[in-house]
Amino acid sequence: MAVKERVIGGHPGLYAEFLRKGGIAPTATHYCAGCGHGILHKLIGEAIVDLGIQDRCVFLSPVGCAVFAYYYLDCGNIQAAHGRASAVATGVSRAEDNAIVISYQGDGDLASIGLNETVQAANRGEKMTVFFINNIVYGMTGGQMAPTTLIGEVTATTPSGRDPAEQGYPIHMCELLDTLDAPIFIERFSLSDIDHIRKARRAVHKAMEIQRDKKGYAFVEVLSPCPTILRMDAKTVEEFINQPMEKEFPVKRFRDRSAESKPIIRPDSNFSKESLDNIFGCTTSECIEIIDDHNFKAKGVKIAGFGGQGVLSMVLALAQAAFGSGRYVSYYPDYGPEQRGGTSNCSVIISGEAIGSPVVDQPDVLVAFNKPSLEKFGPSIKKGGIIIYDSQAGHYKAPEGVIVISIPAAKIATDMGVQQAANTAMFGALMETGNLGLSREAYSNAFKVTFAKKPQLIPLNLAILDAGAEAARKSLVN
Amino acid sequence: MATQLVAGNMAVIIGALYAGCDCFFGYPITPASEILHEASRYFPKLSRKFVQAESEEAAINMAYGAASAGHRVLAASSGPGMSLKQEGITYLAGSEIPCVIVDIQRAGPGLGNIGPEQSDYNQACKGGGHGSYKNIVLAPNSVQEMCDFAMEAFKLAFKYRNPAIILADGVLGHMVEPLRFPQKAVVPEIDISWAVNGNAATKGNVLTSIFLNFDELERHNLKLQEKYLKIGDNETAFEEYKVDDADVVLVAYGISSRIAKTAVDIARSRGIKTGLYRPITIYPFPDKRLSELAGRGCRFISVEMSNGQMRDDIRLATGCAIVELVCRYGGNLMQIDQIMQKIRELT
Repeated sequence: MAVKERVIGGHPGLYAEFLRKGGIAPTATHYCAGCGHGILHKLIGEAIVDLGIQDRCVFLSPVGCAVFAYYYLDCGNIQAAHGRASAVATGVSRAEDNAIVISYQGDGDLASIGLNETVQAANRGEKMTVFFINNIVYGMTGGQMAPTTLIGEVTATTPSGRDPAEQGYPIHMCELLDTLDAPIFIERFSLSDIDHIRKARRAVHKAMEIQRDKKGYAFVEVLSPCPTILRMDAKTVEEFINQPMEKEFPVKRFRDRSAESKPIIRPDSNFSKESLDNIFGCTTSECIEIIDDHNFKAKGVKIAGFGGQGVLSMVLALAQAAFGSGRYVSYYPDYGPEQRGGTSNCSVIISGEAIGSPVVDQPDVLVAFNKPSLEKFGPSIKKGGIIIYDSQAGHYKAPEGVIVISIPAAKIATDMGVQQAANTAMFGALMETGNLGLSREAYSNAFKVTFAKKPQLIPLNLAILDAGAEAARKSLVN
Repeated sequence: MATQLVAGNMAVIIGALYAGCDCFFGYPITPASEILHEASRYFPKLSRKFVQAESEEAAINMAYGAASAGHRVLAASSGPGMSLKQEGITYLAGSEIPCVIVDIQRAGPGLGNIGPEQSDYNQACKGGGHGSYKNIVLAPNSVQEMCDFAMEAFKLAFKYRNPAIILADGVLGHMVEPLRFPQKAVVPEIDISWAVNGNAATKGNVLTSIFLNFDELERHNLKLQEKYLKIGDNETAFEEYKVDDADVVLVAYGISSRIAKTAVDIARSRGIKTGLYRPITIYPFPDKRLSELAGRGCRFISVEMSNGQMRDDIRLATGCAIVELVCRYGGNLMQIDQIMQKIRELT
């Protein structure tokens, strides 16, 4: 029988000559003699050609010796940072539904620095096949302990051998991922000898077939020889994989759910302006022209209260009333440790000119829903300014030259049947006495926007608004 | 043309979507989280792609992957998250992959707090990760610009195949102002000359930042530096307010520029000739006009919520050894009085 010379460059899915590698041997790889990477590259190349998916493949080059996989595999290639291949693969897969995404990582990369990315991509069931090359050691980096290093194994960082008391135990990735619901296919195989490589070929084919059929996540762990770093000859490394490694990492198919799972198909992105305008309600919202009015002096309003008292919705309604009247407006919810629970406050500025600082340090008007807000912001109010507060906060002695209006806002709202509408009563008081230059119509128009989802509440809120205004008039007279 | 009251963090999403951005990858962090929330709400409505990532690193690397496929990708975070993203950003820069990243700055260092600061300036403008690279950095100062600059950032990122950062802060992210909606929607096209998106046309493309040969990596670095020079020549942008006859020029970007503008008006009303110079691109830093103003004898005050990080760039641009600084830390905004006091000291 004639023996036909076969070199790696002659194999399907791989370049005929490795021009990106350069050097004097264009059909030889840069891998060491006896390394498993070349074998696995060949198996992947064969599978993608057999399945007719080569053009669609995007191969993620990892860090380590296989960082130069793009010298060999004849498909699109993206190099990923240490540990991040599964995240990068997720990005490619989500962006390009038709791409066949192949992630390829060693043990330190995948199971140590990239463990989170690995587990989470598997748990989301991303459409990708992940090849995990387990040779129990950091190869290119110089033979340090890997998460899969066997107990007792001497490495550059375990000079007396891996001691479980200090360095823990080898991590079993297939078994770990097998606890998750989403993965479609999980298998561990070995590249130790011809028999094992034959089985490996079938597993690689299956894992890539799952991508062709858009079924989801496939994980393939490969027990792979690294004779250089393990300082073993060909025979010894074969025995090492077949015995201690296989004993620690059993070679088997953990899962194949490809038959019962449905393809994942994501629709193309919609870029039409019409759709954009629709989802943002631009087709129904008005075009409001903001008018420069240098005679209108800017007004700063501070609205403050406990969380849940409706501070923000009142602010929104006020801003909407000013905006709807063609005024410049900005509002800014202040931060503070009180943001979650306790008091919250918000600055609103209404102006006839472009607004500078959006923060109100010295308000023209303070609306205080509770005593702490009154005490905190009362002293900062401008001379000639106005304080409106809920009378349930008790008596408040205002700073000199400041007008104080108190209304029983919570009581008004409760009496009128909407306990949570105290803010509307306060809004009415603000409308009546705030001197903000806004008409009643502007305030009631604002409700059309702020109650857009519950328009049935508008009439009652308008009644509460007017009751709040009435109470404020009385308070002024008194 | 529609106008609506919109928060800054929402405006970024609006701008990105009209700019043809079709992938968002994010991780929750205050005060940037609303960007993530709005993305989760609006991207799927247009069959665009949204993933809440497991970490900041994963988010930027998902962005790296989708952007490698030639798509328009947005990522967003705040200080502590931006620190974690630096690895991904240097890979984007090294492999020349365009991507837009929003930083809603908060107060640091460390965990700091969730109030506003501008102390990510150096991280954004000077590189931030390892290696000699630069990001294009745009600094909006209004809700309108949060939207407009998102669109502009995509344009620049793709023009130069470079990461672009929108450097905002907690105030700009949360404040609400009227927004005029974009009048055009971009329908993006994949640039098959470099993208890797899983088809015959791009099969021969490789995106990598590894160059084993020292000379080759040096050539790659030189090419990047040339690109940064070109960006500097073509893309610097700034805005000035009453600087023509000014003796004192406030230099401020982002939210601080709005406070500074109010200070200029107050100073003018008291007869002090004051102006505002507002960098819009903070990398490239708009240095030429500043240099002219220095030649005319202007005195400069850097108004920023950080420890003079921008002041260093003003010093370089003006050649002035003494550039005054008005700053606040810890989530506090500077107050007008503080700026006025410094102006009075100089005049």
